[in-house]
Amino acid sequence: MTSQSVSPVATEAALRAKNVSVYYGSALAVRDVNLDIFKHEITAFIGPSGCGKSTLLRCFNRTNDLIPGARVEGKAMFHGTDLYAKDIDPVYVRRRIGMVFQKPNPFTKSIYENIAFAARINGYKGDMDELVENSLRRAALWDEVKDKLRQSGLSLSGGQQQRLCIARTIAIEPEVILMDEPCSALDPISTLQIEELMKELESRYTIVIVTHNMQQASRISDKTAFFNAEATESGNKVGYLVEYGDTEQIFNDPREQATQDYVSGRFG
Amino acid sequence: MTPLSSQATPLDAGWDIEQKQVLKALDRRQGIDKGFSWLALLAVIFSLFVLVVLLVDILIDGVPVLSWNFLTSFPSRRPEAAGIVSALVGTIWVMVLVALFTFPIGVGAGIFLEEFVPDSLIAKAVEINISNLAGVPSIIYGLLGLQVFVRILFPITQGRSVLSGALTLALLVLPIVIIATRESLRSIPGSLRQAGFALGATRWQVIRSHVFPLALPGILTGVILALSRAIGETAPLITIGALTYIPFLPELSLRGLQSPFTVLPIQIFNWVSRPQADFHALAAGAIIVLMVILLLMNATAIYLRNRFQK
Repeated sequence: MTSQSVSPVATEAALRAKNVSVYYGSALAVRDVNLDIFKHEITAFIGPSGCGKSTLLRCFNRTNDLIPGARVEGKAMFHGTDLYAKDIDPVYVRRRIGMVFQKPNPFTKSIYENIAFAARINGYKGDMDELVENSLRRAALWDEVKDKLRQSGLSLSGGQQQRLCIARTIAIEPEVILMDEPCSALDPISTLQIEELMKELESRYTIVIVTHNMQQASRISDKTAFFNAEATESGNKVGYLVEYGDTEQIFNDPREQATQDYVSGRFG
Repeated sequence: MTPLSSQATPLDAGWDIEQKQVLKALDRRQGIDKGFSWLALLAVIFSLFVLVVLLVDILIDGVPVLSWNFLTSFPSRRPEAAGIVSALVGTIWVMVLVALFTFPIGVGAGIFLEEFVPDSLIAKAVEINISNLAGVPSIIYGLLGLQVFVRILFPITQGRSVLSGALTLALLVLPIVIIATRESLRSIPGSLRQAGFALGATRWQVIRSHVFPLALPGILTGVILALSRAIGETAPLITIGALTYIPFLPELSLRGLQSPFTVLPIQIFNWVSRPQADFHALAAGAIIVLMVILLLMNATAIYLRNRFQK
């Protein structure tokens, strides 16, 4: 499925899933996913609940490692390197491939410290004040918080907290930002702000976003992957990739009937 | 009560109930509600009553003997000259040592078990064992202390010493500290850990900077509660052979750790078991002192908790 949709333009795959299957304990959660995620593009993962899109996303920065019993088969690759190879330290993977979560999760420290922590642990050598300011500016949050950098990150509104989390992520300049439904806990205005922000960040970062919001996927993404789930005999749901391609094609001219049904709102 | 009028006919015939009946049934339900709250109040009053009776009894007996002399004299055969200084100093010595032993070991073990060990059968077995240890009668710890600290480790502890006593009590309260630490860590949301990991922090960095500071108030409360339990323990110390008559103070040095000792509960036990009423009054006085120390410790716990929560 992947090969059909890859445009011949000389874009480089930043991330590649090769026959990736993920198990939680003995239960298969996602089976046999193959897809390439291209540099400086926004790729959206859409699909009904339980289709494994978040699970797959977490493979790409090894946050699945933190879930007891989770196991990844196949290859998740970053510029050709297997992220699950023996000599790869997951801490280093996460430093290069950042993540923004569904629920804003700022540290219970000051706004300033939220960003400074990320920089400090990764050995940042420059001017911390400057980095904090620049990160907040690039996350379109500076004007709102510049007078209260010493206040707790939790004193901000939900949308501001999420932008703080993004600021914190981009402060350490990862190459890829994985976003797991970053707007699902936010109101429409905050959502719009985050979407605009993502569009601005696209030129510097590769972004993968999991979203339940199809309008959001069609508005911001370059490529879209549609996942679906099927029930197994034991009652578990197993997710699989149905179709992957340019967002326009997925939404206007999908090859698969399931995709057509989903994007037109007939199920999901 | 007046029924609220309504014209709507219910869809389900089962809801066709007179409003008057509804109100009557409601009266009954509210009555049960009230009855239960009275019962609960009764339970509170009963437990408070027992406590107040105890306290008043102790205060009546004990306050007259409280004096500077009482605090600074050694025990004596003559009640009017007897004091608690050796027991008080012994208690302070032992408690400081217990705190020094249990905080790093208990908190360290708690962090390791909660944050570093993957969920496995062994981890579960260890967890169940620790919970069981928290419920083992204290005299058993006394027997263990007698064999291990007093006898086997004699070259280090010099037998029935402050050090042996403190180590025994530390063993006794370690499970409490470990469990409190784990529970406190468990209450910190996982999203905070994920946030740290997603930024390329190691496990220790995440714990050190974000999880531990938030868990600290709960951990401190657990430690102080554990110490409060240790300060009142008599059985294990008697088992390891703490003396009841100590006419000297341990030196404030490493050698002091190896000196024989007594503590307030043992002194109280000793005085209560004498026939003369004068000694009973002394015991009441010592109980008051012990309670004041306990209250001070709890106050410290609350103070620290409030401070760290800011």
